[in-house]
Amino acid sequence: MQKHGSLNVEKIREDFPILGRKVSGAKPLVYLDNAATTQKPLSVINAIRDYYMNYNSNIHRAVHQLAEEATLAFETTREKVAKFINARSTEEIIFTRNATEAINLVAYSWGRANVQKDDRILITEIEHHSNIVPWQILSGEKGAKLEYIGVDDNGYLKMEEYRKHLDTNKVRLVSVSHMSNVLGTIVPVNDIIRMSHEKGIPVLVDGAQSVPHMKVDVQDMDCDFMAFSAHKMLGPTGVGILYVKKEILEKMPPFIGGGDMIKEVHKYETRYNDLPFKFEGGTPNIADVIGFSAAIDYLENIGMDKVREHEIELTKHAIQKISGVEGVTLYGPRSTDDRGGVVSFNIGDIHPHDLATIMNDHGVAIRSGHHCAQVLMERLDVAATSRASFYIYNTKEEIDTFIGALHEARRLFKI
Amino acid sequence: MSDDIYREIILDHYRNPRNKGKLPEADVSIHDSNPLCGDEIDIHLKVDGGEIKDIKFEGRGCAISQASASMLTEMVMGKPLTSVKDLSKDDILGNIGLTSLGPARIKCALLSLKVLKLGMVRYYADRDPDSAKKLQDESKGL
Repeated sequence: MQKHGSLNVEKIREDFPILGRKVSGAKPLVYLDNAATTQKPLSVINAIRDYYMNYNSNIHRAVHQLAEEATLAFETTREKVAKFINARSTEEIIFTRNATEAINLVAYSWGRANVQKDDRILITEIEHHSNIVPWQILSGEKGAKLEYIGVDDNGYLKMEEYRKHLDTNKVRLVSVSHMSNVLGTIVPVNDIIRMSHEKGIPVLVDGAQSVPHMKVDVQDMDCDFMAFSAHKMLGPTGVGILYVKKEILEKMPPFIGGGDMIKEVHKYETRYNDLPFKFEGGTPNIADVIGFSAAIDYLENIGMDKVREHEIELTKHAIQKISGVEGVTLYGPRSTDDRGGVVSFNIGDIHPHDLATIMNDHGVAIRSGHHCAQVLMERLDVAATSRASFYIYNTKEEIDTFIGALHEARRLFKI
Repeated sequence: MSDDIYREIILDHYRNPRNKGKLPEADVSIHDSNPLCGDEIDIHLKVDGGEIKDIKFEGRGCAISQASASMLTEMVMGKPLTSVKDLSKDDILGNIGLTSLGPARIKCALLSLKVLKLGMVRYYADRDPDSAKKLQDESKGL
């Protein structure tokens, strides 16, 4: 096996039991669907098991030992998350089910209290449905208007359009993906945030595709809200994170009412709990939050700069190889300076679903479809694309297997 | 496995679909899509004396969904519209020669039949609501 920069991929792969399995008969699994969800290291699986085996208990309330241990493990994860994205305090970290719920929390709580008739909510054509639909719902309810920043043919946002929209003084919120899940484009969010803040407009950053793959510092970025998901960064499904600046969070009404988010409940009134618990109604996903703790440890041990370096290397290799395949249309930026480890493409008249079926025969798991980004698909004027996406355990040899399967697809479709 | 799926006949119907296009004098037109993959199919029907006098489809999607739609139009052309209710999943898979599709790809193969069945019910709903209800109840599920 080749060495991959500074990452010892061979060693890393040993930590992921699933990577040893065979699919489609006896083919080694080549997992290239990491933008959808990543695989889990044994340490994450064991952390969840350990909780259920040894200290399963509800958190925050009971005083028995199990509850204390569970509460400690849960809240330690919050501390790790805060440190991982450099939040000022754990009060700014809210656990949700996923990034989608995190964005919805902002739409339902902050949005309902702050967005009014004729206000504008500014998003972009590269957004995932989770950063479109909540704003459509909110706009419909409030009589506000949704506006889109366009994307150019190279996969970059048309930054000059921000100025035009912001100058109308009607924009109430800017929401933007840090990295496109289709094009891989890394968006210059720092510039967008600076421009928006000059006009006093808060910015939500959808970090679902960026936080798992590069160093993200919310204080440096100065975003007001950030949403991301544990399962896209080695963690379990069912855990999302919403970061909100404390001064904004303090003024937000609650999202879900119920247990744990209260201090006192009387017949007709309630005093809400302190931050961040006010936004975490009901028993949370304790086991998976604890599992996420092990995922953060794993990534911190490697170092996010090295994660990014490794993915740049893989992406360069993939772009170079795939560009040499006849009939391929590649989407997104060519430079890995502004591109994460996501490669979307089409080949001849082969529909992405047919391609994914052929890939599967070779043990290669890629994604095909609209990637929950139908607005972008319309902009690209395609029904769907195929997408390969990489993570710390992928190798250049796996990309070569993927390219081999691509040639096999060309043979089958006679192109 | 892919060698079995992407045979000459599937690729031929994918690239040279039969009965594809609009049908200006259609008695009924139905659209549906598969949210999983975004495959889209429109079916237009011209009905005369209870028989499918003409059928056209429009759509975009994978080879399986489009070839299946193309072959379905050939299969039902000239047949009584009510006979659509008796068409089953296996009839379609047998017709296109794909009997070993996985659960995700079966939906691609069956989308056009789903649309055609909707079309049958819609046609009678506008003309004879009681028999439309009956056809819907009796129609073989997918």
